Amino acid sequence: MTLRDIAIRYGFIALLVGLIVFFTLATDGFASPQAAVFIFQSVAITGVLALGVTATLVVGGFDLSIGSVATTAMMASAYVLVVLEQNALVAVLACLAIGVIVGLINGVLIVYMRVPDLLATLGMMFLLVGLQRIPTEGRSIATGMTMPDGSVANGTFSPAFLALGRHRFDFFIPSLIPVSVVVLLVLAVLIWFFLEYTRFGRMMYAVGSNPKAAELAGAPVKAYKIWAYVISGVFASIGGILLAARLGRGDIASGNNLLLDAVAAALIGFAVLGAAKPNAFGTTIGALFVGVLLQGLTMMNAPYYTQDFVKGVVLVVALVFTFALSHRGRN
Amino acid sequence: MSVDAVFRIAGLRKSFGPIEVLGGVSLDLHAGEVTVLMGANGAGKSTLVRVVSGVYARDGGTITLEGKDFAPETPADAMRSGVVTVHQSINDGVVMALDVATNLTLDRLNGTGAKLLFNPRRIRRQAREVADRMGLDISLDAEISELSLADRQMVAIARAMAHEPKVLILDEPTSSLSSAEANRLFSVIDRLREEGVAILYISHRMSDIRRLADRIVCLRDGGIAGVFDAKPLDYEGAVNAMLGQKVDLGQVAVKDAGRTVFSASDLRIAPGAAPFSMELGDGEIVAVTGLVGVGKTALAETLFGHREPLGGTMMLRGKRYTPRSTGEAIAEGVFLVAKDRADSGIVQDFNIYENMSLPFLRRISRLGVSRRTAERTMARDRIADLGIVCRSERDEMSTLSGGNQQKVMVARWMTQPANLFILDEPFQGVDIAARRDIATKLRASAAGRATIIFVTELDEALETADRILVMSEHSIVGEHRNADVDIDRLLAEIAGRAQRGAA
Repeated sequence: MTLRDIAIRYGFIALLVGLIVFFTLATDGFASPQAAVFIFQSVAITGVLALGVTATLVVGGFDLSIGSVATTAMMASAYVLVVLEQNALVAVLACLAIGVIVGLINGVLIVYMRVPDLLATLGMMFLLVGLQRIPTEGRSIATGMTMPDGSVANGTFSPAFLALGRHRFDFFIPSLIPVSVVVLLVLAVLIWFFLEYTRFGRMMYAVGSNPKAAELAGAPVKAYKIWAYVISGVFASIGGILLAARLGRGDIASGNNLLLDAVAAALIGFAVLGAAKPNAFGTTIGALFVGVLLQGLTMMNAPYYTQDFVKGVVLVVALVFTFALSHRGRN
Repeated sequence: MSVDAVFRIAGLRKSFGPIEVLGGVSLDLHAGEVTVLMGANGAGKSTLVRVVSGVYARDGGTITLEGKDFAPETPADAMRSGVVTVHQSINDGVVMALDVATNLTLDRLNGTGAKLLFNPRRIRRQAREVADRMGLDISLDAEISELSLADRQMVAIARAMAHEPKVLILDEPTSSLSSAEANRLFSVIDRLREEGVAILYISHRMSDIRRLADRIVCLRDGGIAGVFDAKPLDYEGAVNAMLGQKVDLGQVAVKDAGRTVFSASDLRIAPGAAPFSMELGDGEIVAVTGLVGVGKTALAETLFGHREPLGGTMMLRGKRYTPRSTGEAIAEGVFLVAKDRADSGIVQDFNIYENMSLPFLRRISRLGVSRRTAERTMARDRIADLGIVCRSERDEMSTLSGGNQQKVMVARWMTQPANLFILDEPFQGVDIAARRDIATKLRASAAGRATIIFVTELDEALETADRILVMSEHSIVGEHRNADVDIDRLLAEIAGRAQRGAA
């Protein structure tokens, strides 16, 4: 293995470790369990979305609708809990159903209607951004709000639902790890195992790399593509549930950054371990990388408005790693 | 002028890396004459066209146009000097989003002296002149996307003719045209010939060649394999020179087939094609040969369930065989090594063993979880079996030579027992040693299945098969036992004696 290979393979991980060491030395309290958990928590929702979009990247597609699927799921759960006065289980199931349906529609648009993936999911993004505002005429949803017909919505976010956003599990230290972090880690392991170790995951990579060869090897290419968008939709709706549970209301203005952050994490993931292709482990590391960087900079009093700039720089550097340095990118 | 060649290529050489594609090609084109260039895939036709049209620089040799050295730097350069090429893909010759008038005058929008502003009236006036000179009967306002393929082709040629070329190169212009459309093209070519244009016409289609050729030049393995200009033209000789046939016959110990494994009756694979029947027996290797574009790949894909037959029935091991997808075909034990491995075989992101296990992951995995150890063991066995040269089963495909890549593609389908094993152009882009290895392996393992290979090169059929079927015009027109083959009859069948427009 040459120096160049080592740089490509471990460069990004080394950069991450270097950042952690730097922030540990430069700030007080960066290296505490609480701070670590905070970083995980700050990237949990983005990370879940990013894992979903990774599935569409694997089959050679793209999903721009994930951000709006998440916010639609958030508004839907608030609507189910507050306006329809249903319990937490109904709210969660409604959200997951939205994820499945949107994924299916995206998949059918792309596979059968032959709409290019970016355009189909862009259209779906607009559609959902508008759709989620219709039931409440553009207002946020909270207990006691006045409905368009003048009545008052009396439902509440049930404790069971709020626990999804606020409960913390004990882990050596009491009440340390929030539910959202557990969800992120579980989903990350699941999708990683699925993509790396099941035949379905392998076929998805084959479909993404050479669809014609995959078809001539007997794979139902269309079905695999549609499934990828369903996975992406479901993951995004899970992100939306976590977001609603954390906020405790259906906030029309939140979730603006989800799409870009998630896509950035998935693309940064290409550079991890020199994979040069979408992968679940890389996506998770990519999300954490952004989290570590932002947390560290915040603790060093960098102003909040520099955050997007920093994320952009990280993404561009990661893309250079992937495409300019690795030999796979050159092919 | 009529005696001396307008355009003269002498000793032209072109290599890509270590591979020499053109090894000293000499070719003359005369004014008012159609010279047909024939050659199998990989013979170097496309490379020759690209060198002449200024896409590639030549490595050696000379090209002269009207006695002066001709060395175009770019395609536009070649065009301005009077050598115009209409490429094989029609849609490369026209711009889809623009109307006919703009397409006809597109080349005037670039280069020195082009006006800064786009004047629709001037464009239309110029386009009208071009169209009239060509006798083009297409509305100048039509969008290219509304036109038929033939009309697009006409626009592309008219556009080329706007340069008043001295030399016109047509690269397989009829490959996507119907016969009526082709006839329109031929009359345009006749007119250009009368105007004294020197035309180089590249095609595999015997019917085109019979209709147009004044001379035939055959290209084979990067060199000229024959020039035919004595009237009447010797078409069979030309086919023979193009396909080459220098094998000492009887090299193969011909076996007779066992029990019938696969049969097809009244199969029809293209509109207007004659139905045909065939039987494939246990243990025999049947080669289907014929020129490019006669439906060999269509037949292979029909057998593999990738394409539906237009009529007829297929039987596999005594049962009706009606695969609706490639997955169903594989489940029935019908495997295809597809043509053009880079495009339709190799998954570039996968290493050797992942590529080999691809079609059979379901059989190898347990509860949906793939078993990499089993995959790697299986791959190691195949690597030893076929003598694939690599460091390990985890090597990337891109590190292998063409021959070894093809061995991986064949090995992929030999990991499981087949009923019907189909190989479409398995020797394309494969060195001679790997080709021998694959053929030997196919013959050694042939028992227990029927094997059918589709090859354009006659040599490959003669050195691999027990039986040879000849395809022409999307149907099977001849059958030979590979023991004492009547080569003359075989070539005549390939060249298709009784075809439309025979001269």
